[in-house]
Amino acid sequence: MSVWLGMPPFPEAAREALADTQLRANLRAATATIRAKRAAVVAERSDWEQLREAGRAIKDRALRDLDTYLLQLEERVTAAGGTVHWARDAAEANRIVIGLVRAAGADGVVKVKSMATQEIELNEALAAAGITAVETDLAELIVQLGHDRPSHILVPAIHRNRAQIRDLFRREMPGAGEDLTDDPVALASAARAHLRREFLTARVAVSGANFAVAETGSLVVVESEGNGRMCLTLPEVLISVVGIEKVIPTEADLEVMLQLLPRSATGERMNPYTSIWRGTTPGDGPREFHLVLLDNGRTTALADEIGRDALRCIRCSACLNVCPVYERTGGHAYGSVYPGPIGAILTPQLRGPDPVADSLPYASTLCGACFDACPVKIDIPRALVHLRTKVAHPATEQSTMRAAAWTLTTPRRFALARRLVPLATRFARLPGPWRKWTHTRDLPAPEGESFREWWRRREGSP
Amino acid sequence: MRVGLFLTCLNDALFPAAGKAVVRVLERLGHEVVFPAGQTCCGQAHFNTGYRRECVPLARKFLGDFAGLDHVVSPSASCVAMVRENYPELVGQSPPVFELTEFLVDVLGVTDVGAAFPHRVTYHPTCHGLRLLDLGDRPTALLRAVRGLRLIDLPDATHCCGFGGTFAVKNADTSVAMGTDKARNVLATGAEVVAAVDNSCLMHVGGLLSRWRSGTRVMHVAEILASAP
Ligand code: SF4
Repeated sequence: MSVWLGMPPFPEAAREALADTQLRANLRAATATIRAKRAAVVAERSDWEQLREAGRAIKDRALRDLDTYLLQLEERVTAAGGTVHWARDAAEANRIVIGLVRAAGADGVVKVKSMATQEIELNEALAAAGITAVETDLAELIVQLGHDRPSHILVPAIHRNRAQIRDLFRREMPGAGEDLTDDPVALASAARAHLRREFLTARVAVSGANFAVAETGSLVVVESEGNGRMCLTLPEVLISVVGIEKVIPTEADLEVMLQLLPRSATGERMNPYTSIWRGTTPGDGPREFHLVLLDNGRTTALADEIGRDALRCIRCSACLNVCPVYERTGGHAYGSVYPGPIGAILTPQLRGPDPVADSLPYASTLCGACFDACPVKIDIPRALVHLRTKVAHPATEQSTMRAAAWTLTTPRRFALARRLVPLATRFARLPGPWRKWTHTRDLPAPEGESFREWWRRREGSP
Repeated sequence: MRVGLFLTCLNDALFPAAGKAVVRVLERLGHEVVFPAGQTCCGQAHFNTGYRRECVPLARKFLGDFAGLDHVVSPSASCVAMVRENYPELVGQSPPVFELTEFLVDVLGVTDVGAAFPHRVTYHPTCHGLRLLDLGDRPTALLRAVRGLRLIDLPDATHCCGFGGTFAVKNADTSVAMGTDKARNVLATGAEVVAAVDNSCLMHVGGLLSRWRSGTRVMHVAEILASAP
């Protein structure tokens, strides 16, 4: 997975985001709304905990025998008239897709929102090959028109409000009139008119998938706008780029997953459009179907006993919406297509070490709200702490932590160090890393008797 | 009952009152408190910052310090969670540690500890108390039974205050943004005191309240439960 060029590590990126009061207001309003919706529909299910447990078990089963299920998937897709391609990394996946688009003689594609193609930066690769990609998901289109980055898994334009979107449409969308208002209906119809032209002329579509069913070779896309269905049915060639962790063993597993996903994602009992497709059918739908199975770091993550839990993720974004850090900083600060708590554990594993990836496991207070919200029970705090043991620690921090451990292993050393505390806290501004504390917050100045002195006095011992 | 007190390093260094309060409450209820003098720290900061190896000697030392005690009580939900959740993996066992309020309610079966505190109080459920220890309404049940105390609901109570151990320094800006929202919510209640079962979180929120010269105090729940009529 590529690095967002020029992104600083999380603490710095967060500082910039925190200074943007409009962004914070947009995020607070959006996440509070979706949190409340989710809480209400989850509370309706008395069996929610069992459903989560079932979801976790399904994904674990799939991951445990991933090779078997992937081969089964390949066989079934091929039998249904599709073609399966295996892509080790982003470059290989992009090469495959570009080759397929060229073979179809097309110079443009329509896209249904897909995290996998964002991860491999397919749009950029297509552009470099002279092929235009049009995003047809409304929020994704907003991001694309704004030459922007998505900042949320499900609501990529969550950082923008309606007025900002209206201004963007007026400026960038061909056909959007000067009189366009920021009424949601008006904005949606402007986008619809714009997209209709694209749907009706596109010969190639690119999609992702929420699930790939090994047993049947079917792929599943869950969406709310119907743009996905247009992409999946109208064009002549359909190319689906899917991470290998999206496979689930059987069609019956969908019963569980399709209850967990919409509730966790949009706070709805069911999403408006669920499309399931298999290979090709003469006279109906695309004439060619290609499935690109993407590894791109996933088998490396799979080898890590704790880190692999992140591969259970169904990209519902519930963890983002409840995360207090995400709510303040927004998605861009994470420097990756996967922001928020899941991004903090997935990105370092898919991408490997670099200053941004190394900063992400620390972008959490370990409050645990994400774990509570996750429909497939990924213990994100545990994975964060595990990944923290693997990143490169700054030299000064290492020496401080080692010195502290040394001090704390004997009561005598600890007692000596403790004597310095009242002295240190008497300074209104502390030196070194502690300045980060005292810059904005006071430290308590303990007065009088220490606990041990008090205890000894009461016990009457020296 | 003979109860070991695990003070925690942070309380030892900065909040001795919390330890004294635990002793007062337990003795008032007729129990004997022992304080193993060799104790220092559970290793949570090391563990959570990614220094797992440095944590193992501290965990071993903890087992030795509290060996032979059937009940160890601590005024820190987050250190109790550390010992309970992570020691089995680190050193193969977890001593019988309890957070004060769960010890009072679950082990001793007490909600009225005979305290009096005639003030307006709001309660912040710290994340580790709320989600790792599942303390639920134990702390508030104890507070409600205190004579004269008026408990006021805290808006967005379950939201994290932004402390997060080394997060407070490593991601100081985000930490302060979160703490600011928490402190504003505290002020909105009009309470005189904000109480919690973790002095670490209170140090963070209280640090902001103090810098703003708000006059609102932070207090450990133990201190309120220890105040005599
Ligand atoms: S980690 Fe869990 S909550 Fe977060 S996006 Fe993935 S499935 Fe949803």
